[in-house]
Amino acid sequence: MATLEIDGQEVQVEDGSTIIEATEKLGIYVPRYCYHPGMSIAGSCRMCMVEVENIPKLAIACYTPVNDGMKVSTSSEKVLKGRRDMLEFLLHNHPLDCPVCDQSGECDLQNFYMEHGRYQSRFLENKVKKRKAFPIGPHVVLDQERCILCTRCTRFTDEVSETHELGVFNRGDRSVIDLNPGKTLDNPYSGNVIDICPVGALTEREFRFQCRVWYLSSEESICPGCSNGCNISIHYNQRRAYKAGGRRLQRLKPRYHPQVNTWWMCDEGRFGYGFVDRHRFEFPMLRLQDELQYAEWEEALDKAAGVLKQAIDEHGPESVGVIASPRLSNEELYLTKKVFGQGLGIENIGFKNPWEKEGFCDDYLIKADKNPNTRGAEEMGFKGDVKQILEKAASGDIKVLYVFLHDLASEEARKLLDQAGTLIFHGSNRNSTSQRAQVVLASSVWAEKDGTFTNFEGRVQRFKAALQPLDESRRDIEILLDLAARMGQQLVYNNAGDLFMEWFGMTYEEMNPRGENIENRDGGSMPPPSGGSAGQQPSAN
Amino acid sequence: MPLHTLISKDFYNEKARDSDWYKENRDGYQGALKAFDMSPQEIIDEVKTSNLRGLGGAGFPTGVKWGFVPKDSGKPVYLAVNADESEPGTFKDKYIMTWDPHRLIEGIIITCWAIDAHVAYIYIRGEYVRPYEHLQRAIDQAYRRGLLGDRVMGRDFKLDVYIHRGAGAYICGEETGLLESLEGKKGWPRLKPPFPAVKGAFGAPTIVNNVETIAHVPEIIKQGGQWFADLGCEKNGGTRLMCVSGHVNKPDVYEIRLGTPMYELIYEHAGGILDGKKMKAVIPGGSSAKVLTAEEADCDCSIEALQAAGSMLGSGGVMVMHEDTCMVKALQVITSFYAHESCGQCTPCREGTGWLLTTLNRLLSGEGRPSDIDTMLSLSGNMQGTSICALSEAAAWPVESFILKFREEFDYMAAHGRSMVADEESAPAA
Repeated sequence: MATLEIDGQEVQVEDGSTIIEATEKLGIYVPRYCYHPGMSIAGSCRMCMVEVENIPKLAIACYTPVNDGMKVSTSSEKVLKGRRDMLEFLLHNHPLDCPVCDQSGECDLQNFYMEHGRYQSRFLENKVKKRKAFPIGPHVVLDQERCILCTRCTRFTDEVSETHELGVFNRGDRSVIDLNPGKTLDNPYSGNVIDICPVGALTEREFRFQCRVWYLSSEESICPGCSNGCNISIHYNQRRAYKAGGRRLQRLKPRYHPQVNTWWMCDEGRFGYGFVDRHRFEFPMLRLQDELQYAEWEEALDKAAGVLKQAIDEHGPESVGVIASPRLSNEELYLTKKVFGQGLGIENIGFKNPWEKEGFCDDYLIKADKNPNTRGAEEMGFKGDVKQILEKAASGDIKVLYVFLHDLASEEARKLLDQAGTLIFHGSNRNSTSQRAQVVLASSVWAEKDGTFTNFEGRVQRFKAALQPLDESRRDIEILLDLAARMGQQLVYNNAGDLFMEWFGMTYEEMNPRGENIENRDGGSMPPPSGGSAGQQPSAN
Repeated sequence: MPLHTLISKDFYNEKARDSDWYKENRDGYQGALKAFDMSPQEIIDEVKTSNLRGLGGAGFPTGVKWGFVPKDSGKPVYLAVNADESEPGTFKDKYIMTWDPHRLIEGIIITCWAIDAHVAYIYIRGEYVRPYEHLQRAIDQAYRRGLLGDRVMGRDFKLDVYIHRGAGAYICGEETGLLESLEGKKGWPRLKPPFPAVKGAFGAPTIVNNVETIAHVPEIIKQGGQWFADLGCEKNGGTRLMCVSGHVNKPDVYEIRLGTPMYELIYEHAGGILDGKKMKAVIPGGSSAKVLTAEEADCDCSIEALQAAGSMLGSGGVMVMHEDTCMVKALQVITSFYAHESCGQCTPCREGTGWLLTTLNRLLSGEGRPSDIDTMLSLSGNMQGTSICALSEAAAWPVESFILKFREEFDYMAAHGRSMVADEESAPAA
């Protein structure tokens, strides 16, 4: 360990750390462009220069190792002048198109200039012209004039995605970032270069000109795209929903988690939010004259409860089949089990779509299981064989099928469903299974509710509601509680937190922000992960 | 002091390209034979005694550098000979490679023996086509005659020498830029430490030495370090090649003993100033060295003496300018080189070199403003000490020194839109 003094504060860091790592520990933010904790050190932007006692030149904080007894200043007159000088150099060829730049509002060049620059302009020369606004991949647009050549993106494609699409071409102030010959930026992690670009050089095709970032609100969430459980933030815009074609959810961004996803997320998850605002059930529906038609919630719930009750009264609980979903939260799964299992004595409860094919996976973040909570459902003890349940439905042993979310679209499943009796569909989006339902209970998507998912390694992680349920759709827990009440069960849960308390034995507030290990059901939290305090991100951007 | 011919004896002598001729007439490869009877440490000590200092520009003591190679890294050690000679005003290494390639090869053999390297790379600038051809021919000959290969000169020592041709970038003469390029990457200088002697080419310890430095090694071994040190002056052993260009009557490469007066070099050896005019300024060590006025240039050619005069001996590229030279134009020529060659990695160099050039261009076009001069001075200040390699400084020093020493010419240009010097076309091609 080395003890050093930064801006008059003493800090202890491990030998071999750099000055910038020591400043992070003290919560001092040193401006930087090329430095990113997840990649190799480039040391070229020269923005993080600090003054070290007995070193005549300014030292770059990102590469200078700490020494015992070192005295560092991150805000001396000399340092501030150094930053101002670098900003002046960086802006020399940077277009001042902030009013039409998507990065505006979250741009480090803008922010640092306002904080440290603010000099009298000495620019008289013309700026170097480069190529503007052209797509370099399915998700990314490049503007070479805005680029400050920090090389975060090229290092990302070299070191993290290891796909080597981007390079630096030409020399001096004619240098540009561009695609390597014959390549396009279409790797499974390409969206991350947008996040790490400190300026507006790399922008998101989906998000361009859709919304100024200052209109966005943000909520912590977990990506529902696969079982990895990457920590994300939902950026949403409910106030100006008439922009962006009525899309409320504007974009997803990765949120730092040292063990699960570090700074990154995959494109599949990042751009897989279309279902939040598209093909939704906006209200419950009932089948009348062989057609699904609008229904009031009361009608739909009465109908569903009536069908279920009738089947159980006439043929016993064996005549009802429930297919829960690995896309439901732990709280919803817990309540499902409580209502249908304990309450109604139903044993035919499954959750896994046996026809579901494994998706694309790699050895990094992307998992083959595209459901966020398979592990949670397994731990919860959902054991029923869905294929068997459907076969029983087809043979008439099961009279009523209650299906959550699933699109049972395989040929075999369709055939079985065609022969089944009453189908109650509880879900948020239209699909081939919902088309066959007699009753549709319009539920909410993950972005509209609170809950937890258990990722593939057994980490229980919390996601928070960013949006209100769309139109008349309702949160799954409310639907289940209303249904239970109609069938004579008195269950009192005010919110998902109550269910979590009962199931996991702690409140959301008591949870480790980095997730709880499912093995610690008695409430003990996981050992603190290395580096930094919980939830604090070694600032990358 | 008269000219001394230690390594320049055979310039323009075509016969010297043959290893047998070199052996018979110059005691060629005797140094290597002697070296094989010495231990590596003895050779390093001998080179330390000789006060041989890196002749590429930085002037780092060669023996000390060799001593930095870690003994037990478990990795091979490489020698990289820097033949990327591209500092404007410098053209000495090309003479060695073209006329006396076996001296270089012998130096490589001794150096590799001293640092226990079995592979040597010669990184030669891409534009050097004929030097490359002659050097490659000499290497092929050396292989055929058993001077290189699995058993060097019959000893149990394996050595392979490869030439790697650059693609035309000044930055690849910077030692870590050279290593990156040698590895097949863009020649962007590396952050230091680690220094190449610890972690160089392909992650292995690598000694990077200039061609001329290596070419001095055989004589040092043959005649002894002390003899070599005595040839030069204090802390500057032996001789070195000075490339005199610009407004002199006999521009050429001259081998001088270190410590020879600059005026002797210019007025006696290089034949004095063209057309009998007055000398105005001298750039003593390649275009990145700070310019000296004629009075300041009245000093000895040694690293310390030129440092005291406010410049550096650098690569030995002496560029002489006479009284009719427009210093604004001369600076523009130099600056356009650095703006062209900045690798673009670090912010101050990438943006600063271009900014300086566009400002100078505007000044020369008659559109200058009085404030431009101070802006350029401040920019060149901001470019110093703020980048990974020294190119930023190499670009800033000329600007700073030209303006500080010839300020009235710049002010005049900004105020009147034309040069203060009558014949501005006579600016030397730097």
